[in-house]
Amino acid sequence: MNDLRELYQEMIIDHGRRPRNFRALADADHDAQGFNPLCGDKVTVYLKLDDDTVRDISFQGSGCAISTASASLMTETLKGKTLAQAQALFEKFHRLVTGENEDAAAPELGKLTALGGVRDYPIRVKCATLAWHTLKAALKGYREVVSTE
Amino acid sequence: MSTGIARNATTPATAAAYDVERVRRDFPALRQQVHGHPLIYLDNAATTQKPQAVMDALQRFYLEECSNIHRGVHYLSQQATEDYEATRSKARRFLNARQNREILFVRGTTEALNLVAHSFARPRLRSGDEVLITHMEHHSNIVPWQILCQETGARLRVAPINDAGELIVEEFEKLLGPRTRVVSLAYVSNALGTINPVRELVRMAHARNVPVVLDGAQAAPHLKVDVQELDCDFFTLSGHKMYAPTGIGVLYGKAELLEEMPPYQGGGDMIRSVTFEKTLYNELPFKFEAGTPNIAGTIGLGAAMDYLEELGRENIAAYEQELLDYGTRALSRVPGLRMIGTAREKAAVLSFDLPGVHPHDVGTILDREGIAVRTGHHCAQPVMDRFGVPATSRASLGVYNTREELDALAAGLRKVTEIFGR
Ligand SMILES: Cc1ncc(COP(=O)(O)O)c(C=O)c1O
Repeated sequence: MNDLRELYQEMIIDHGRRPRNFRALADADHDAQGFNPLCGDKVTVYLKLDDDTVRDISFQGSGCAISTASASLMTETLKGKTLAQAQALFEKFHRLVTGENEDAAAPELGKLTALGGVRDYPIRVKCATLAWHTLKAALKGYREVVSTE
Repeated sequence: MSTGIARNATTPATAAAYDVERVRRDFPALRQQVHGHPLIYLDNAATTQKPQAVMDALQRFYLEECSNIHRGVHYLSQQATEDYEATRSKARRFLNARQNREILFVRGTTEALNLVAHSFARPRLRSGDEVLITHMEHHSNIVPWQILCQETGARLRVAPINDAGELIVEEFEKLLGPRTRVVSLAYVSNALGTINPVRELVRMAHARNVPVVLDGAQAAPHLKVDVQELDCDFFTLSGHKMYAPTGIGVLYGKAELLEEMPPYQGGGDMIRSVTFEKTLYNELPFKFEAGTPNIAGTIGLGAAMDYLEELGRENIAAYEQELLDYGTRALSRVPGLRMIGTAREKAAVLSFDLPGVHPHDVGTILDREGIAVRTGHHCAQPVMDRFGVPATSRASLGVYNTREELDALAAGLRKVTEIFGR
């Protein structure tokens, strides 16, 4: 039960149930759809840039608590960030959820650290990173900020 | 018998006569712990655990009589051929087919259905003809027909189901039209557990001279099947869903239909003679068994059939039915839980939705309790669409499951609702 609480922290349950920025963006200049065939999770990420800065970001879709909360927290975190910052956050976040780095809980991850429990559930890493990968796909080719995995 | 199961032909088909603790001892995999809890395996519709008797049969083959079958004059080959063909007799009895040559060994239900679509249906289909399936089919009983329809210009018709997950028989009958050339449907649905009234459906189709293919993947492990009584034209099963190894299954077909069908694959064993000018095909069933087959798997399937006969298939059906009723009641007490599939005639499947909790989260939480269930669309996306859910959680029963395990499932689901704060 305790390790389950580690995965399903209040923040995850809350964002899973009441996701923030859960809407389409009418004036989006980038969007992409992501799909996790394992569990059928679907997500569309919308993005509006102001030069290199994320002016607005939102998402829609259906999925498990982990993927929904992750998408919600991602949109909250990235608003106002530059693409370079977003890229750096994704890399840190990825290390956090895969447990690659023991002290990965870098302070700049902020609320995203709530997803740290995923490291003990390798099969759920895809859920936690789906929105991020989708964001990357949305930006594919845009000023070459996006590196492929 | 090495399986240690009491064989008693006079035992009445009641759950009381069934000693599940003895059955459990035959399955070594059930002894393990998962995340610190005894394994509770409730994913039997995906695949079942294997009894020691099946593993012994596999090992005996590889230790003592490993060789290729048919054509061998040496001792090992004769032994292996005998055991391989003995399984054909067991499968004939298991399904009550008339003749051994009506039993074809294939990889599983998927291959069986593809074989029927390709060798039986394809030559009979013209543009504008129709293939009739139902809304509750597994993808393996949808996609081969879609491919075939694309190739031939035939139309795929789909008989609807009601909110309980039962086939609407009147609609099915209406869809049986002058252009219907073949009907293919599940005997038991893997996503819902619905048992279709196949005798009645076969009669309806035959009254219009339409042949019927039964996907028996989920029927063979749970029900006593008699293909002569059902009068179906084809019947499929997957060994791995009935305690046998993966990669082996059976396609039953009426001899007169199999006789006129062209081969599915060309190769060794399926021929009588080959020259570059002309090849004569072998007789049934070998015409459809090209190449070296899954010999060990076939022998393992024979052992699994023996095992089920020893338990008594009526006993199994009665025990599992009681377990299903018990599980249905136990789950109905979980707050908010909605059963998906509430047919009056059901077998071995508890598919459900916990509103507000994604099945994937349900599956992860149960897994930490050592409980294995399946979450997802169960290769039946049209069923999910019909019930307006992207996925369900599914507990599916087998010969070794117990009431205590279903209580643990219900307790695990309460924990899910706790974590999700409902
Ligand atoms: C009803 C039904 N049909 C067909 C199949 C496909 O069987 P296999 O994967 O063994 O070929 C399954 C397996 O899930 C099934 O449940």
